[in-house]
Amino acid sequence: MRPFDYQRAPSAQAAAELGAAAPASRFIAGGTNLLDLMKIEVERPETLIDISRLPLDTIEQTDEGGLRIGALVTNSDLAADPRVRRDYAVLSRALLAGASGQLRNKATTGGNLLQRTRCYYFYNPAMPCNKRDPGSGCAALEGENRIHAILGASAHCIATHPSDMAVAMLALDARVEVLAADGSTRTIALGDLHRLPGETPHIETTLNDGDLITAVTLPAPPGGRHIYRKVRDRASFAFALTSVAAVVELVDGRIATARLAFGGLAPKPWRDRAVEEALVGQAPSPALWQRAADMVLGEAQGHGSNDFKIPLVRRTLASVLDAACAGEK
Amino acid sequence: METSLKMDVPVQHSLLDSTNQNIISRPIDRVEGPLKVSGQARYAAEFKLPGMAHGVLVGAQIGKGSVARIDAGGVEAMAGVLGVVTDFDLFLRNSAQGMATEAPCQGVREIAYFGQPIALVVATTFEQARHAAQALEVTYEKGEGRFDFDAEQGKAQPKDSTLSSQGDIDAALAQAHGRVDGVWTTPSQTSAAMEPHASLAHWEGDSLVLYGSYQMLSTNRMQLADALGLDIEKVRIRAHYVGGGFGAKLGIAAESVAAALAAKALGRPVRVVMTRQQVFETTVRRSNTRQRVRLAADTDGRLTAVAHETLTANLDGEDFSEPVSAATKFLYGGANRTFGNEIVRMDQVLSGSMRAPGEAVGMLALEGAMDELAEKLGLDPVELRLRNLPDRHPGSDLPFSSRSLAECLTIGARDFGWPRRNRQPAATLDGEWWIGLGMAAAARSNMLIKSSARVSLQPDGRALVETDMTDIGTGTYTVLAQITAELLGLRVEDVAVHLGDTTFPPASGSGGSFGAASAGSSVYLACEKLREAIAGQLGGDVDTLVLSDGMARMGNISVPLADLDTGPLDATATIEPGETGENFVQAAFGAHFAEVGVNAHTGEVRVRRMESTFAAGRILNEKTATSQCYGGIVFGIGGALTEEMIHDTRHGAIVNRDLAEYHLPVNADVPQLKVRFLEERDHAANPLLAKGIGELGISGAGAALANAVYNACGVRVRDFPITLDKLIADLPDLP
Ligand SMILES: Cc1cc2nc3c(=O)[nH]c(=O)nc-3n(C[C@H](O)[C@H](O)[C@H](O)COP(=O)(O)OP(=O)(O)OC[C@H]3O[C@@H](n4cnc5c(N)ncnc54)[C@H](O)[C@@H]3O)c2cc1C
Ligand code: SF4
Repeated sequence: MRPFDYQRAPSAQAAAELGAAAPASRFIAGGTNLLDLMKIEVERPETLIDISRLPLDTIEQTDEGGLRIGALVTNSDLAADPRVRRDYAVLSRALLAGASGQLRNKATTGGNLLQRTRCYYFYNPAMPCNKRDPGSGCAALEGENRIHAILGASAHCIATHPSDMAVAMLALDARVEVLAADGSTRTIALGDLHRLPGETPHIETTLNDGDLITAVTLPAPPGGRHIYRKVRDRASFAFALTSVAAVVELVDGRIATARLAFGGLAPKPWRDRAVEEALVGQAPSPALWQRAADMVLGEAQGHGSNDFKIPLVRRTLASVLDAACAGEK
Repeated sequence: METSLKMDVPVQHSLLDSTNQNIISRPIDRVEGPLKVSGQARYAAEFKLPGMAHGVLVGAQIGKGSVARIDAGGVEAMAGVLGVVTDFDLFLRNSAQGMATEAPCQGVREIAYFGQPIALVVATTFEQARHAAQALEVTYEKGEGRFDFDAEQGKAQPKDSTLSSQGDIDAALAQAHGRVDGVWTTPSQTSAAMEPHASLAHWEGDSLVLYGSYQMLSTNRMQLADALGLDIEKVRIRAHYVGGGFGAKLGIAAESVAAALAAKALGRPVRVVMTRQQVFETTVRRSNTRQRVRLAADTDGRLTAVAHETLTANLDGEDFSEPVSAATKFLYGGANRTFGNEIVRMDQVLSGSMRAPGEAVGMLALEGAMDELAEKLGLDPVELRLRNLPDRHPGSDLPFSSRSLAECLTIGARDFGWPRRNRQPAATLDGEWWIGLGMAAAARSNMLIKSSARVSLQPDGRALVETDMTDIGTGTYTVLAQITAELLGLRVEDVAVHLGDTTFPPASGSGGSFGAASAGSSVYLACEKLREAIAGQLGGDVDTLVLSDGMARMGNISVPLADLDTGPLDATATIEPGETGENFVQAAFGAHFAEVGVNAHTGEVRVRRMESTFAAGRILNEKTATSQCYGGIVFGIGGALTEEMIHDTRHGAIVNRDLAEYHLPVNADVPQLKVRFLEERDHAANPLLAKGIGELGISGAGAALANAVYNACGVRVRDFPITLDKLIADLPDLP
């Protein structure tokens, strides 16, 4: 860990200003990802801006009937919130499928969105990694890439975004509230928060220096049946090999709405609206699930040890859609 | 007083069967438990000495070659840095193997594997040292490494001592009614003990005191003294509590010598704690294995041939090779037998003993092959095993000292509900889960290692036990207190056990499942001697002595132990292996029964139920023994389903070198386990009539799971761990 300055931000606005003024700075919230990376000097902030005491830890009803989740609400609190459990069950389930109880008690909503990849080589400074050291190469491309992306990757980086929470939020059409250093606020659709790697895998989001995530908003409850299916190498405390967040509504035996988001497959939480549109109006059937999988996986590319993800997604999606429509066929 | 016993003949009677204190075998809580849960049990890295500095190891960032130059200038100018210490001749390149009496391979200019320690950066705080260690500039000369096992396996060298053959395997296979001929592979594994390796070194004049985290202090002391060129008397190691070892702490590791040299160079105590990544990279691994097993059986389901030939890997110059076929040699009969063991030389971190070396991985192949054979013969897997238990060792013709394997198999099968199993694979569905049952036998060789202890009766009538034995989380403190309390008629609370200091009599150490029986036997012998002395003080025959409730009774006399002449009343005793070790096959046995679910969509495997029945001689404490078995079975679950340490074949670096990506089983992977012990006594083993239990639980556990996976979904995976990617392609369609 490199020596760093530490500042406790007195207000959200001050945090954003401090962040913009000190370019090599990082906000620290729960610290569960940032501190690990600082210890191995993958993250090397000169200034740490502690936002953990800011009053951004409440969950409020919005005028539109949705929820506004403060950036510092912990993963545990969010998963346990009765409104989330009732109206946004997919989110509760995704959160509880992530990390461990201890980590969820510390991990925050904002930090979870901005946690960094778990690519093995990213975590080992002795290895080339374009995300860590731009231009050094990508060790995973021809190395061990069991946990890597099959969608949205580039020849420069094939890392996945590891969050479960973000996958559920993407399916729920969440938006991210951002406060900039100049005092302005804006909201970004969750799907537009993360960028694909292209030639610049080290630039991971559309945020600017100093931009502070203050909240995530969820629109009014979508109804439907909520499923979060996470497939992993052990029963708990492992990142997703693939995950599917599904919110599906059936009317008269046909799919009325379908929201599907995927984790473990791409550098960002993945959603494919064309697939959802293709499902709407159709009666559930194995053939339909295969067509949906064909569409999701149209551009999918394995890199060796992660080739199995392609059939795995196909099978997982079919089982999730089956379960979402079960009993109503 | 001194006493000793060499186990040349079986012990006919154990005092533990006649003292009737109802203390031995009882499932009492660990005596040091409260200290541990309240943070008062101090582990190596928790000692603080005045002026102590912190050292962090620097590991090589290449997999093969040499160090051209270390440029310490920049680092030495960094805040808090006290020095960059290295010694190209003395730093350890490899950890010591268990029970070695000399230093392991030293010299770190040559780089033999990725992450090999080359220097130690010492600073005032741990954080400063870690930062400076990461900044140290090292220039390397890169060499050509051997990092790809598949590419190297053609160059394997036979390890002669382990080659043996009898009869004609090929002919037996050709004539067989049923046969199996397959290749099983298991990956590298790491012990991943909770407590990382740590040493705090401090010099008192020309003597070294090292607070360490090791399993076998008396040999660790020899290794360390030899590595530093010191007389053994000048080295003291203290390890009162050890947070797990599982083999990785059998021998000294690099941090010990580095801490000692740095403490000397800087003239102050130096503490070195490995990072988790360093534990993966520079301590010791279980080698990956490639195993060919061939079995042949006649129409009666009797084995006619057993062959188990294995490839394992190790560094140049390292003799150890995983004794993969250890249990195969005596578990089942069959006239024609071949065992071979070859080593592939790889430039990867040292291979050494990890919990149940041999059986842990060998039984995956043997018991998997037995399951396949049972299917081919149309026999129940339990029945096939029962038909093939040899009366004597099938190779050496020696008798078994004790073997309740048939009972474990039949009682275990009955209690588990095995007869209700559907032999047809992929026949049982529970929702989207294919359900299957599998079983396997367990066997682990039993050993006795020379061990000494001193037991003294204190003026207040309490007892003190001293030995340099370790308690690595297994329950040594507790069972030694129980043995003493049972034999001296004391309450367990009235026995103080002091362990983990080389100033005490040298013990076996913890390893190879021999710790409790070896150290326990020395304590037994010392107590036996004390009983004689007490009888002498009372002026009568020891056979009429009754020790109970802190009183010595003989005939009409009844004296509190505190009133005896205790100045001093102590006995130092030594147990030694002898001819019973050569004249008997000694092993503990058991049987595992498991139920798994395989997800019909995703291929995820979940263990639903697991029951294991063991016989291991006298059980010294049913609770700590059960916990040892639980731990072993959890290791088995990891070996079968989740654990794999991956080396990158391009440069030899370990890819998944933390506990997020090296997947040990977590609570959710382990159902409530059921462990049962059968009553047994082993008279050839030791005066306790007990056998080792620490590694028995692993043996066969993973095979029971793999066999259950096959029964569940009809897919045989011989390449461990059984991860979902190896199943999904062949999963049957849902009905
Ligand atoms: C062993 C392990 C297993 C895990 N398993 C899972 C899993 O299965 N699924 C899963 O989803 N996650 C998993 N996690 C990751 C965990 O969810 C994240 O570490 C956590 O959510 C991060 O939140 P935090 O508040 O601690 O973030 P921090 O570590 O404090 O911050 C992370 C990043 O976000 C930035 N940041 C934080 N808050 C803000 C804000 N308000 N505005 C702008 N930037 C901000 C920080 O500057 C930093 O760059 C695991 C973590 C570990 C260590
Ligand atoms: S996949 Fe991305 S994060 Fe991983 S090594 Fe390649 S560039 Fe680095």
